[in-house]
Amino acid sequence: MNATQANPEKPALTEAAVRRKRRNILLAGCTTLGALLLALIFLMPLGYGVATALKDKNGVSDPNSGVLPVSSLTFEYEGKELDIYTVPMPDGETRELALVSPGRESSVFVDPENPGAGTIDWEGRWRTLTPVQGLDPQWGNFEEAWNAISFLRMTGWTMLYAVSTVILTVVSSAIVAYGFARFRFPGRGVLFGVLMVTILLPPAVTLVPKYAVFLQMGWVGTYLPLIVPHLFANAFNVFLLRQYFLTIPRELEEAARIDGAGPIRTFIRVIVPQAFPALTAVSLFHFFYAWNDFFEPLLYLAGNREIVPIGVGLSYFSGVYNSEPHLILAAALLALVLPVAIFLAAQRVFVRGIVVTGVDK
Amino acid sequence: MTDFTDAVLATGRKRRGKSSRPASPMQRREARWGYAFISPWIIGFVLFWAIPIGASLVFSVLDFQLTDPGATTFAGGSNWERALSDPDTWTSLAATFRFTVLFLPLSLVVALGLALLLNSRHLRMVGLFRLLFYMPSMIPLVAGILIWQQVLNPQTGWVNKLIGLTGVNATGADGIRWFDNPVLVLFAFSFIGLWGIGNAMVINLAGLQGIPTELYEAAEIDGAGWWRRLRSITLPLLSPVMFYNLVIGSVLILQYFVVPWVLFGATGRPQGASRFMLIHFYQEAFVFGNMGYGAALAWFIFVVVAVFTVLLFGTSRYWVHYGTERS
Repeated sequence: MNATQANPEKPALTEAAVRRKRRNILLAGCTTLGALLLALIFLMPLGYGVATALKDKNGVSDPNSGVLPVSSLTFEYEGKELDIYTVPMPDGETRELALVSPGRESSVFVDPENPGAGTIDWEGRWRTLTPVQGLDPQWGNFEEAWNAISFLRMTGWTMLYAVSTVILTVVSSAIVAYGFARFRFPGRGVLFGVLMVTILLPPAVTLVPKYAVFLQMGWVGTYLPLIVPHLFANAFNVFLLRQYFLTIPRELEEAARIDGAGPIRTFIRVIVPQAFPALTAVSLFHFFYAWNDFFEPLLYLAGNREIVPIGVGLSYFSGVYNSEPHLILAAALLALVLPVAIFLAAQRVFVRGIVVTGVDK
Repeated sequence: MTDFTDAVLATGRKRRGKSSRPASPMQRREARWGYAFISPWIIGFVLFWAIPIGASLVFSVLDFQLTDPGATTFAGGSNWERALSDPDTWTSLAATFRFTVLFLPLSLVVALGLALLLNSRHLRMVGLFRLLFYMPSMIPLVAGILIWQQVLNPQTGWVNKLIGLTGVNATGADGIRWFDNPVLVLFAFSFIGLWGIGNAMVINLAGLQGIPTELYEAAEIDGAGWWRRLRSITLPLLSPVMFYNLVIGSVLILQYFVVPWVLFGATGRPQGASRFMLIHFYQEAFVFGNMGYGAALAWFIFVVVAVFTVLLFGTSRYWVHYGTERS
């Protein structure tokens, strides 16, 4: 009491602060809820994919089927698979019974929970009864899809393509980027400009002659046309790495030079360790880029379905299995597990990479 | 990211102040090392860009069938005439531009909206949401396409079922057929495209975080509301980032291929809406084996993309705001 009398403004201030705090909590709640709703809508197809990949063929094509993978329950009785129905009994209660022998006006049922009690005769038309359905995820769909797309083989080829091009492109791009970042030579500006422009030009304009030459060389149908060009640096990676190299203080290199190191030694001993975050980031970006690459593998591997990477393989698969959406979805989910897992595991490096290189592919 | 567009713009500027002094031995040594380091790219550029672009031009005046290379003859301008009179060329150009006009603004706005949301001080669990909105970008494109193909199924897909909940008859015989209607299919393409929006979103977010908070505080003291702050501070300061997203987005979208190819192949269904420029080119050159005609079409695409990109860069000085630090 005494305190409020001595300092009359204080309660009013706290009241305003409380109101502001309440308003902030409300805003935070609304914003977060809105974001959650948006994320749910955004990711809804994934939920659909999982639910549908677990359905059986009938469940997928039935427009009235529910969200979850269900199927009609059956009961094995004396060596036979019997369908289970909801049966209204004469005493008014309904029981779930297995149909042993159907008849026009009366049928014989058995209680799946108590088959030892013998059969139950029921008066009425069994066709009017509704079958009992239960949750029945078809985990076997994933196994079937795994085998149908030769998942391991396709993943192996994709991995080979991604890893080999990552190594080639990162090494060659780093070398070129160092040249652009640290050495003065006539025409550097023009050449770097040309490099930047090639990032924006459509590669389609080079494809016809390249394809004709690769065909002559017998490279079409192999990974050579996809891998060999990466020996010669990738313009975008050069740009990213050069940006990063420019931020490395020159004093480090000068110290190495005074110690008698030549440019190659300086590059390996000073620049590469300093640029490690950028090199990792560019490697990761390129890995995902290669994992997703579709056009060039489609073109250059045409006619060799045994070795296509997973993207092209999935598209072939969906063309052949278009009447079995549950298998297509199972295959699609299988294909996304590995990249998403790598992303989640490397998320920190990834986010830091976007920051250090300032850009993403 | 804005360094990228800056570097491209710099190539268009004239360079001055080059010293005409003869190079000292030290300078010559440095230059030799420079050329040595960039030589992998020079070789690659000559082998995989310069020569093929020139060769494409040569091919475009030949009648060259992949099936019978021996019978190649000089065709003069006939491939070019054919490219410009082929109705499919104009269908494909129209399809590409229709989709560009729809998806480019849509993707820019959604990427900006999500970045603003993630940057909001009211949002809790920012890391989780950034992950959730970014994650679909990590899903292999073809897997994403196949999932969307099913979720947009007119009868059994959840999209139509959800729309059906609002009372619209979406799943019936007269329901919403995403893949049979030339306008709706562009929305189907857009949904698939929005799953790949993570990169643009993260780039926008980095740009937003680079805007000094003092500007917002000052504006708030002056009584500027949310909309006013967005228009007068956020958008101008973010415009270089938006420009980068616009350039990369338009270059990618003008070469749109994978989504229509996986969904429709070269059929162009529905009613030519999926016959994009690159699909038309791929079909002529590599499915039908008309390499000469394909080369002419490739040059056509090249010219379209180049003109579009030059126009974009030309407009940039009217709306892209560059701070004083890069005068």
